[in-house]
Amino acid sequence: MISLQNISKQFGRFKVLTDVSFSCNKGECIALIGPNGSGKTTIIKSILGMVIPDSGTITFRGKSIANDYNYRSDIGYMPQMGRYPENMSIGQVLGMMKDIRKIPENLLDEDLIKSFGINKLLDKRMGTLSGGTRQKVSACLAFMFGSQALIMDEPSAGLDPVSSEILREKILIEKEKSKLVIITSHVLSELDDLITEVIYMQDGRMLFQKSLHALRKDTGEEKLSRAIARVMRQQDESDGLQEARVNTSELRN
Amino acid sequence: MPKMLKIITLLACLWLLAATVMELSARTIRVGKTQSVTSIRQAIRVALAGDTILVDKGLYQEGNIIIDKPLVLKGIETPVLSGQKKYEIISVKSPHVVIEGFVIKASGQSSMQDIAGIRIYNTHHVSVTGNVLEDNFFGIYLQQSKHCLIKNNRLKAYGKAEHLIGNGIHSWKSDSLTIYGNHIQGHRDGMYLEFTTNSNVEHNTSHGNLRYGLHFMFAHHNNYTHNTFSSNGAGVAVMYTNHVNMKSNNFKDNWGDSAYGILLKEISDSHIEDNLFSGNTTAIFMEGASRIRINNNRFNANGWALKIQASCMDNRIERNNFRANTFDVATNSSLVLNNFDNNYWDKYEGYDLNKDGVGDVPYRPVSLFSMIVERYPPAMILFRSFMVSLLDRTEKMIPGMTPEQLKDTMPVMKPLNL
Amino acid sequence: MKKLVKYIIADILRSRIMIAYTVVLLVISFSVFSIEDNPAKGILSLLNIILFIVPLVSIIFSTIYIYNSNEFIELLVSQPLQRKSIWLSMFTGLAVSLSLAFFAGAGIVILLYAWSMTGAIMLGCGVLLSIVFAAIAMLASVKIRDKAKGIGTAILLWLYFSMLFDTLVLFLLFQFSDYPIEKGMIALSFLNPIDLSRVLILLRIDVSAMMGYTGAVFQSFFGSEVGMVIALAIMMTWIAVPLSISTIRFNNKDL
Repeated sequence: MISLQNISKQFGRFKVLTDVSFSCNKGECIALIGPNGSGKTTIIKSILGMVIPDSGTITFRGKSIANDYNYRSDIGYMPQMGRYPENMSIGQVLGMMKDIRKIPENLLDEDLIKSFGINKLLDKRMGTLSGGTRQKVSACLAFMFGSQALIMDEPSAGLDPVSSEILREKILIEKEKSKLVIITSHVLSELDDLITEVIYMQDGRMLFQKSLHALRKDTGEEKLSRAIARVMRQQDESDGLQEARVNTSELRN
Repeated sequence: MPKMLKIITLLACLWLLAATVMELSARTIRVGKTQSVTSIRQAIRVALAGDTILVDKGLYQEGNIIIDKPLVLKGIETPVLSGQKKYEIISVKSPHVVIEGFVIKASGQSSMQDIAGIRIYNTHHVSVTGNVLEDNFFGIYLQQSKHCLIKNNRLKAYGKAEHLIGNGIHSWKSDSLTIYGNHIQGHRDGMYLEFTTNSNVEHNTSHGNLRYGLHFMFAHHNNYTHNTFSSNGAGVAVMYTNHVNMKSNNFKDNWGDSAYGILLKEISDSHIEDNLFSGNTTAIFMEGASRIRINNNRFNANGWALKIQASCMDNRIERNNFRANTFDVATNSSLVLNNFDNNYWDKYEGYDLNKDGVGDVPYRPVSLFSMIVERYPPAMILFRSFMVSLLDRTEKMIPGMTPEQLKDTMPVMKPLNL
Repeated sequence: MKKLVKYIIADILRSRIMIAYTVVLLVISFSVFSIEDNPAKGILSLLNIILFIVPLVSIIFSTIYIYNSNEFIELLVSQPLQRKSIWLSMFTGLAVSLSLAFFAGAGIVILLYAWSMTGAIMLGCGVLLSIVFAAIAMLASVKIRDKAKGIGTAILLWLYFSMLFDTLVLFLLFQFSDYPIEKGMIALSFLNPIDLSRVLILLRIDVSAMMGYTGAVFQSFFGSEVGMVIALAIMMTWIAVPLSISTIRFNNKDL
């Protein structure tokens, strides 16, 4: 569904992405993992057209996304930190998005709005909301239009455990509908039974793309967090450059 | 009662007799296409002193008509005398002439001679009233004449350039004239007086003339009252004269570089009172003016209300209203020899704590920026910019460049009732 | 795009700063006209306020608004929308709201107390200045990533247009006073929308003085209908150029 070929991006002198290629298909749930500043967010932004790669192509359903914007009607995006115009109410933000997407009312997926209790807060202004509530609004927007691809940047950040669980459930349901889900997260433990594949990023390079199954087999670890930890250790031993690693692209992340 | 009746009858008879005698001595000659006398020149030739020539309506093209005896020349239903662009139309060379009720048009034009619609030569007691003078080189020209009356004439010319047209009412070396209620438009100078003294110029309107609405030189002891001078090329200019009295005139809309409500050059011992100056680029420009009283005038919406050059002294500017002028006073000198007192300045920002109607701090009518503009005229484009306002305010608080002594120490708080 | 503009305008008009701006303008212009019995003098006092406050509020408010909308703009970009239409919607939202605020704050009072050609020109200039400085703010904020730096730049730009530029003009004037520079002065005034507005109003308020030697050059240029059209075209250029440069920048910008 989405495929990246040889994507490179440089911000000023800093190389944020170097020659990243991978592809992902529907029905998959992919975890984009890596340390801070490894380029996860830049990849997501590239897919969404917010960052324009220096070289390489990104295709969505076989078509290049360069100079296109209509493909995004099939993507639901939940940003890492959603901020909205302060004087818009939640109802207005939802209404505006509906106006933009132009999807008939009966096809809207309003499950999250109900389960998060957002429908009781429609008159609240965005400026008065807590970070968690804004995050809930972002989640609602991402799922509302039944998009075939869902991209979430640190979705559970700032959410309370209950809401986090609601969101998890929702992701599982959508996954079952054979949609493509891409998640970046630091909290590896919550990804365990969600994901099918892992893409591991480091210093702007993609180190590997493996199915969860294969990863478990290779490392002999059941838990994702432990498996990743082992991979990292192996990696450091193999190239021995741990000390020299510089977190260059932190500014951009 | 019969006695009374008798007296009345007797009186009536006496009057009748007197009238018959008058009729005998002063005849009336009728001129017209259908009359026995068909030309004005012929009528003048046969007329005796004191006769009246009545001219029927119609067009008369008789070249130069010379009036050389005391006559009354009167038009019936405004006959037209045309100079066919070649001649001086009427030349008056005798005292006690009256010219009334004509349209006098199309005099000759010359750059050598001063050809006029009506010209009065070295005489006295001539009266020109109620005529229309149109498209003449000079309108009414008086030379070395005394006790003449120029009243209620309308003069209109279509001058294109200053050297191609003469003045409306032009007077040279004359005395005791009355110029009243005339309307002059499109000439070089509306009214021009040179070496003319003891005259009254009243209720005239001089509008849209190419150069000056009023222009005089060496014309002492004259009065100018209730005249309107508007939209003339260079406003009004008066020079080298003393004892002038200008009262209740209206100077307005004289726009342009070197256009003035009045330009006073070498004027002394004069009085400018109760006039209205509105919408002039410069309302009064003074150069070499001394001992002039300027009081009770209204200055409204002029570019500069007063421009006082360094050569002016002992002038008193009192009890005037200054409103909505771009600049109130401008000067090119730091020496102040003139008095400003009790004027109303709408830009005054002082206070009146003791409520006597007079501001407690003096008003300085010269702004720093007006001095800058004097020296660098294009700076005008920066006027009313924030920076300029800042400069002016600073200067108002700590005067450095503007003349320290140029101030109204008793500015009134409310507009004077003028 | 129309829908988006509607939401943005609704958001801006409800912001506290915008309401305060409108109220302050309203109070100032009402008090100016009620203190002065002469509407022409009221217009005059209002002139400085308008030339001072309107550009300041327009540029600072727009800059801050764009920076605060960073994440919102990102979210919009992730939607099936053209970048150009997002950017132009932001601009239209700002321009319309600022113009509306100006109109409600000063325009209505001018209409009530000083309805004349001068009042109309003043109103037009106020609205155009609001839009021009919104456009300049958009350019500043798209070029500079850092918010603090961006706001600093906006303030500097305002300082430049409202004060430094005039100082520079005065300096040039002193330097070249021996040459016929009147036409050059007209050209110079094109380089600053605030000056251009001021000169247009000046030519009406101080028409008598402007008919003097140098002023007549300005008067014959701006006083004519052609001059007015040119002045309007220049103001439009001041909107179009920053806006189109910023749109091109935004199209290729990494968010």
